[in-house]
Amino acid sequence: MNELKTNWKKILYHNNTVGYIFSFPFLFGFFAFTLIPVLVSVYYSMTNYKLGQSPVFIGLENYRNLFSDDRFLNSVKVTLIYVITSVPSKLIFALFIAYLLTQKHSGVTFYRSLYYVPSLIGGSIAVALVWKTIFSRKGLANTILASFGVPKLSWLGEPHLAMGILVLMSVWQFGSSMIIFAAGLKEISPTYYEAAEIDGANKWQRFTAITLPCLSPIILYNLIMQTITAFMAFTQAFVITQGGPNDSTNFYALYVYNHAFKWSNMGYASAMSWVMLALISIITFLLFKTSKFWVFTEADQ
Amino acid sequence: MTNKHKIQASVYHLFVCVLGLMMIYPVLWMVSGSLKNNAEILNGGMNLIPPQWRFSNFFTGYQGFGGITFQTFFSNSFFVASVSTLATVLSSSCVAYAFSRVSFKGRNIWFMSMICTMMLPSQIILVPQYIIYNKLGLVGTYLPLILPHFFGQAFFIYQMMQFGSGIPKDLDEAAIIDGCSKYSIFTRIFLPLLKPSIVTTIIIQFYWKWDDFMSPMIYLSKPRMYTASVAIKNFADSTSTTDYGAMFAMSTLSLIPVFLIFLFFNRYLVEGISGSGIKG
Repeated sequence: MNELKTNWKKILYHNNTVGYIFSFPFLFGFFAFTLIPVLVSVYYSMTNYKLGQSPVFIGLENYRNLFSDDRFLNSVKVTLIYVITSVPSKLIFALFIAYLLTQKHSGVTFYRSLYYVPSLIGGSIAVALVWKTIFSRKGLANTILASFGVPKLSWLGEPHLAMGILVLMSVWQFGSSMIIFAAGLKEISPTYYEAAEIDGANKWQRFTAITLPCLSPIILYNLIMQTITAFMAFTQAFVITQGGPNDSTNFYALYVYNHAFKWSNMGYASAMSWVMLALISIITFLLFKTSKFWVFTEADQ
Repeated sequence: MTNKHKIQASVYHLFVCVLGLMMIYPVLWMVSGSLKNNAEILNGGMNLIPPQWRFSNFFTGYQGFGGITFQTFFSNSFFVASVSTLATVLSSSCVAYAFSRVSFKGRNIWFMSMICTMMLPSQIILVPQYIIYNKLGLVGTYLPLILPHFFGQAFFIYQMMQFGSGIPKDLDEAAIIDGCSKYSIFTRIFLPLLKPSIVTTIIIQFYWKWDDFMSPMIYLSKPRMYTASVAIKNFADSTSTTDYGAMFAMSTLSLIPVFLIFLFFNRYLVEGISGSGIKG
């Protein structure tokens, strides 16, 4: 009886038991909420499936249809345009502000908080509605134009302008990149700058020769995170432009949403999600590959 | 020299303040819009001070739509956000403990799996997850919004592990000598010392769930169950001529919890953001 008890205790306190008991939530969640859905989605991507009906297996037809679906190809195009324009602009702006707000001045901590406000609430539905109102036909943007004597613009009715507004809104939410940059800037040893100053380097030379290389791992991190986020852009396009005009802001995530939840084409939407994952993986991989040409590690220095 | 410095400093502060004001201008415009009527919002231009303080917007807005007031929507949001947050903290801290303090077979594989889920964009599994919840008959309930949080969130597990690596392992060893089991090390040492990281988790998760729009929109069908973000979108769409003042009033109200968190827990929020990518 006693032996049984000690044996049981031995098992209970064994590292493997403890480890699996404490990591159980993750293990269960990993299978139930990630792995199984991923596998299930491979199957559904090869079916014609409307909710309420049973799925019909059609092989790779969804994938073949995708590449002849003009709306799909267009959504890839506009998403890429959005990513390529918004991500670099956002990072440059974030870096500029971070640089500005790590100078030796009083109140920089307060300023960093102030500049973080747009990111804090920018993803919310409330702010999306504010932007929609600002750029509506009778909204603030046109009122300002009118006060300069410029004729009113149809901001959300013009493909380039609508895209521009979404890019602007994304750049406006530069806060988290800025905070990460600021943390990185504070890590750079002041001795580098002092040495450069003695050598007679001006501010710009110091920035390009010291700040940028030292910061390059963080630039890579921000670049990858922001690229993935931009690929997933949904709420802004859903609320402000509804993908219009003429599908000019019909972002990938929005198009997937419409197929899945508006038209109930679950199979087609699953296939689209897979192509999206492939696309994001390829781009992330390429960014990592290029990084060895421009990201400096401690060893290089 | 000092004069030159003074001028430089003034130029700096002026520039930073003006730019900062431009950045938060849309937010200020929304808050002031909550006290204006439609005509004043649309024709009032950049003016931030309402000609008349129309607090009545808050009363009309609060009435909501379809006989359901914003009281209901805000308590729904609060319910979803607080249960999810509590679940995230409990489950994630357990997993972080297992991954950082217990050496068990297979730990590295599971840790790598966790890193992979962190990189996996959530929208990829949105469709299959919906299909599964639909099969289980859970669409239209709060469960799809809350349930996943009981099983740890990779982002927060990772962050807790980062923080936990700063808790000296000597403490564990000393505790074992004093007769503590691996279980009591978790409750007596790991969890109490993890407190700052837990606070960060609480505020970030609460604010994410409070703001979340896509999942509640997809999973909730009955207006009575809507969270505030879905309700505000519906409120904006429901009438043919939108009452902008009331819409802004409810938008402002919905952002108050976020602002309060920001004001009081600013330090933790900043640590959460910068700690996710790099140490120190």
